[in-house]
Parts: sequence; C-alpha cells; structure tokens
Amino acid sequence: MSSPRGALALEGDDGLGCMTALARQGLPAAEPSGPTAAAPELQGAGLEGLAGRLAAAWAVLDGVPDPEVPALSVRDLGIVREVVVGEARTEVVLTPTYSGCPATEVIADSVRDALAQAGFGPVQVTLRRAPAWTTEWISAEGRRKLHAYGIAPPGPVAPEADGATVAPIRIRPRGVECPRCDSPQTERLSAFGSTACKALYRCLACREPFEYFKPI
Amino acid sequence: MTNLTGSTSGAVPEAAAARAAWNAGSARDAGGAADRGADRAVSITPGRAPSVRYVLRLADTCLIHAQRLGEWCGHGPILEEDIAFTNLSLDLLGQARALLTHAGQLDGQGHDEDQLAFLREERDYLNLTLVEQPMRRSSAHAPGGDFADAVLRNLLLAKWLEQHWQALGRSCDAELAAIAGKALKEARYHVEHAAQWVVRLGDGTAESAARMRAALARIWPYTNEMFIDDEVDAHAEADSLGPRRSSLRPAWRAAIGAVLDEATLGLPPDSAFVSTGSRGVHSEHMGFILAEMQHLQRAYPGGTW
Repeated sequence: MSSPRGALALEGDDGLGCMTALARQGLPAAEPSGPTAAAPELQGAGLEGLAGRLAAAWAVLDGVPDPEVPALSVRDLGIVREVVVGEARTEVVLTPTYSGCPATEVIADSVRDALAQAGFGPVQVTLRRAPAWTTEWISAEGRRKLHAYGIAPPGPVAPEADGATVAPIRIRPRGVECPRCDSPQTERLSAFGSTACKALYRCLACREPFEYFKPI
Repeated sequence: MTNLTGSTSGAVPEAAAARAAWNAGSARDAGGAADRGADRAVSITPGRAPSVRYVLRLADTCLIHAQRLGEWCGHGPILEEDIAFTNLSLDLLGQARALLTHAGQLDGQGHDEDQLAFLREERDYLNLTLVEQPMRRSSAHAPGGDFADAVLRNLLLAKWLEQHWQALGRSCDAELAAIAGKALKEARYHVEHAAQWVVRLGDGTAESAARMRAALARIWPYTNEMFIDDEVDAHAEADSLGPRRSSLRPAWRAAIGAVLDEATLGLPPDSAFVSTGSRGVHSEHMGFILAEMQHLQRAYPGGTW
C-alpha cells in the first residue's frame, strides 16, 4: 500500500528546519491555481536568486502531466498547493484529489523526478489533506485543456447543506454540455468512469460518448 | 447469526479452499517466521483505548465494504456497474488507508496501515456485521447474493458514512477532520449512485421489485447495529472526537425513507436483532474474507510489490 519510493510525508514532519534562506509561494484555498497565486514570501540572504528559482520550479511543474488525465499538468489540476525553494533543497506540498486515487504516489514521484532533473534536488513532497481538493481549483487554462481533450470540464460544486435540514438524496443526474458539439442534450450513462474523477455521458445530438469531470 | 444468502451448503468448495489457504499461512507463521521478518508475520493486537476503537470501527467498515465491492470486479450485471463498484471500492479503500494509518498513530504501537489491515485476528476487526455479508454475484461454484442486496447495502452504508464524515469534519482531532473533509465529497456520489439504483429496481419490473423487497427484508435487521451506542461512542462524544451513532438515526431514517418511498418499497418494520461486528464478534463470513485478504501477508511476511 505504501509508496515504494517512500518519502511521502504528511504535513507536520519538518524536513526543512535547517534551511537559512527560503522562497515560498502558496495558493489561497479559495482561489484557483495559476497566476493569481499569492506573491512569493522571501526570508534570508541571496533572495533574488531564490525568487527566480521559485518561479522556475513552478514552471517545471507546468510540465508534469497528471498520469490519468495527461492533458492537464499537476499545476492545472490545482493539486500543487505550495512550493518552497531553499539553497540546497526544495519542498512541494500536494493535496490529493481522491482518497483512493492510485495516481497520488505516481504524481509525487513525477514531481520529485522533474524537479531533481531541473537541478532542484533533493526534493521533498508533502501531502496536505485539508482543505480537501475541489474541482474549483482546476485553473481556467485547465478547463480549456479538458474541453479541447474531449472531457467536459466540471460544473460548479453544490453548496454544503447546513446540517440542520435533511437534504433529499439527488436521484436525477445534472445536465452537462457535450464537449464536441456543445449540445446540452446529453444523458448520463454512469456516474463512474475510467477514473474516480470522471462520469460517463452520451450526447444525444452528435451521438458521441464523452467523459465528464465530476464536480467535487 | 443469520445467514443473508440462505443455504450455506453450496458454499463448501469455496469454504474449504479458504480454510486451506488460512491453514497454509498459519503453518508458515509458526514454522518459518524467524528468518522471514518475524515481526510482520505474527498477529498484532491494537490497544483498547476508546479513541482507537472508534477510528478502527470506521476504518474496518470501509475496508471490508471495499473488499466486498471489489469482489464484483468482472461480475457486474453491466460493464458500467462493474466499473462503478470498483470505483466505489477504491474510494472506500483510500478512506480505510487514511483511517488505519491514523488509528495506528493514535494507538502508539508503531503499527502502519498494512499491518493493521492484514495482521489482526478476527476479533480485533471492528467493522459492522452488515459489510461482511457475502453479496457477490451467484454462480454455480460460488453461491452469493443478489445485485439488489449489493445496491441496497451501498445506499444504507453510504448515507451512514456520509453522516459520519459530515460530523467528523468538526472533530477536535485535526487529522480525522481532514480525512472526513475529503471523504464527504466522495460519499455524496456514493449515496446518489446507490439511491438511483434502488429507485430504478424498486420501481422497476415485477421481478426487480420483488428482488428489492427480498433484499430489504434480509438486510434491514443488520441496520440496528449502525445506531447502537456503547462506551466507545460515549467517549467519542465526550472528547469531541466524533458523533455517537444513535445521534445519526433520525436523519438517516428520513433520507433513506424518502428513497424507499420513491422506490415504492417503504421503510420495513423494525427488528429486535442487533449484530455485534463493531464489538469484534462477527458472523461466520468474516473468517473467509480475512483468509482471502491476509493470505499473502501471512504466507510471505512483509512482502511488498
């Protein structure tokens, strides 16, 4: 069950305590990933170089594809929550998409390899569970790529029930537009598809089946 | 303990195979453990602290439910449902992994998720009895359950788990709250999917409706255990770890009742039977599940892939 290559620490393990200079850039939980990220936070000496390395590290992550939806980079998907670049090592904080997503460990390995090859090693990948990943974190660019790839991008996430009322269980599926012909005349074949994150639909206009990235 | 599937006589070849597998594993533990990672071959016993037992009850319910759903792989009535069951199973297994890891940390004996999943004795598993009932598709070689049983169980459990995740999001245990925050999003899809099937079959043909009614009669008695409190629940509530199970019953009945009404089935009459899996006392099916799940770890202690 555990990652064969190890080092998938949960947050709380402090692997960076010995560093003297840091460049850190995290994403606010309420915002999608992308250029709206918070300004980098710099500590210590030699900052100009570190700020440049931080931007370069994010650029490397733009080139790491999600193994199950390779049209998207891990950055498009919004699972990279924070990057910390020090003089001698790098930390990347990832938030897993689904509890049982078998790609989580592959993604961690890919991130580690890509950054190490670009000269950022040693790289520590940390998992952050809370706040839970949501499809709201998929960037606008990510949504455009999904659509172009033939996967209908996720709709808005249903608001939380307040807990006091008993929300009725939804029995009818949501309406989704076909990513090929944009027709709203579609029907759901199954709520579960080839991966945990997608449902299977069929367009009644162009008759093509397609996948829908489930809002979660 | 009631047998959900009726006659057990046809299950003999499978049972014998499972028992043989179990015995083979035990024999190796006793004989050759010393030179092949004895620390992992020997059974482990988690502590009895209420917080550990509270988390293990949820973890084991997710784990065994995932195992039962996984048995449908390649046996679903249609391809889409085959895929759906394995997706549900994968979510539950992921939830179980996180909870088992956390239970191991709370327990403080250094047990990881694999050791807790594979090296406990039957009485140290604390899942609901409902999840261990065999509901895989019947065949000439392996009499099992009915798809109606499987989708109905999915609904009853998914709603119960969803309520747990919702309440655990406010747990004073930050890791438990984080696990619940993720699982809640997944459980909503599980509830929705199972409800659609219960309505489709209950309000379907005469044959499908009759099979749903039979499934409801078989399964309903096992739901009492989902809402019976004991000292573990009392501690969890007092320590703000999580909800006591009895507190979930009214909302669960309202939501399930609405779906069963839509399915033209209605809530069945209550039963006095209370199963005891979450106290470690299981039905006769549990040993066979564990034989299948644990065989590799028992035969090849510490083996990884």
